Amino acid sequence: MLNIIVNGRPVTQPAGARVDAIVAGMQLAGKRFAVERNGEIVPKSRLTETPVEDGDRFEIVIAVGGG
Amino acid sequence: MPDNNNVDTTLNNLVIAGQSYQSRLLVGTGKYRDFAETKLAIDASGAQIVTVAIRRVNIGQDASQPSLLDFLPPSRFTILPNTAGCYDAKEAVRTLRLARELLDGHKLVKLEVLADDSTLFPNMPETLIAAKELVKDGFDVMVYCADDPIQARALEDIGCVAVMPLASLIGSGMGILNPWNLEIILDRVGVPVLVDAGIGTASDATIAMEMGCDGVLMNTAIAKARDPVLMAGAMKKAVESGREAFLAGRMPKKIYQASASSPREGRIGS
Repeated sequence: MLNIIVNGRPVTQPAGARVDAIVAGMQLAGKRFAVERNGEIVPKSRLTETPVEDGDRFEIVIAVGGG
Repeated sequence: MPDNNNVDTTLNNLVIAGQSYQSRLLVGTGKYRDFAETKLAIDASGAQIVTVAIRRVNIGQDASQPSLLDFLPPSRFTILPNTAGCYDAKEAVRTLRLARELLDGHKLVKLEVLADDSTLFPNMPETLIAAKELVKDGFDVMVYCADDPIQARALEDIGCVAVMPLASLIGSGMGILNPWNLEIILDRVGVPVLVDAGIGTASDATIAMEMGCDGVLMNTAIAKARDPVLMAGAMKKAVESGREAFLAGRMPKKIYQASASSPREGRIGS
């Protein structure tokens, strides 16, 4: 089991998980979003190949209303 | 623009980072009642560039809910992601890298690094650091800044594509509090100068444009009007009106000396 932080909250993922698994749990299909792993952008094209490691910190963001 | 025959429309286009825009009004998308109202107001404003904020997805949020960009598709609008809420350069740069990924490599961004929660004044030292980093990283940076000609010029020298001094505090609606500083910025800075923050009503936007500003960015003045859609239309006209007055060149002011508009000759009984 991997203990990670997603958007500031502790989350667990099974060993061997890839980043797309985290995104899948957020039901973002068809939406524009972006993922950062430990301060580095994970391009959309690499979500399925990028491994999740214990202790990783993720930020997953969308666009919202702002000025 | 068929209803604008007397104006050279090329002069009337706003050019930022090589892109030409017919509308000189840029609008934010915050503080509206819902996305439907956001869209109606933005359509009425005629704005082509709209700002958005970048925020964490709420874990467990209802995915069936539409998102802002469903209402404002990037195919129709130039989406200008901002760094609102960032208090240092590092956070601002991270936010805009996420925005660039989110918008498929889009380079035009609005940098704003804040210094203080209650005034939302820009933190200029951190803004300069972030601007340097972003320009180096290939971003086209429009930058919210103090109405300080020296700082504005420094941002131009770094390579920012537009400088956006505040008229007054963000969301205050107080209008242009220091037109003299703004005049110096307009005089000293070569890249487009847009007033960002502090516009309260249509005449504030017109004054900015009459002074020679290249554009105006506003959010609260429209979103928090009693009728946002009506105000959005008013702002569109105000910006166009101010721009045309600037291009037309106002008459000189004559202090203590009236000048009759009607002929003095031929009055009855003369």
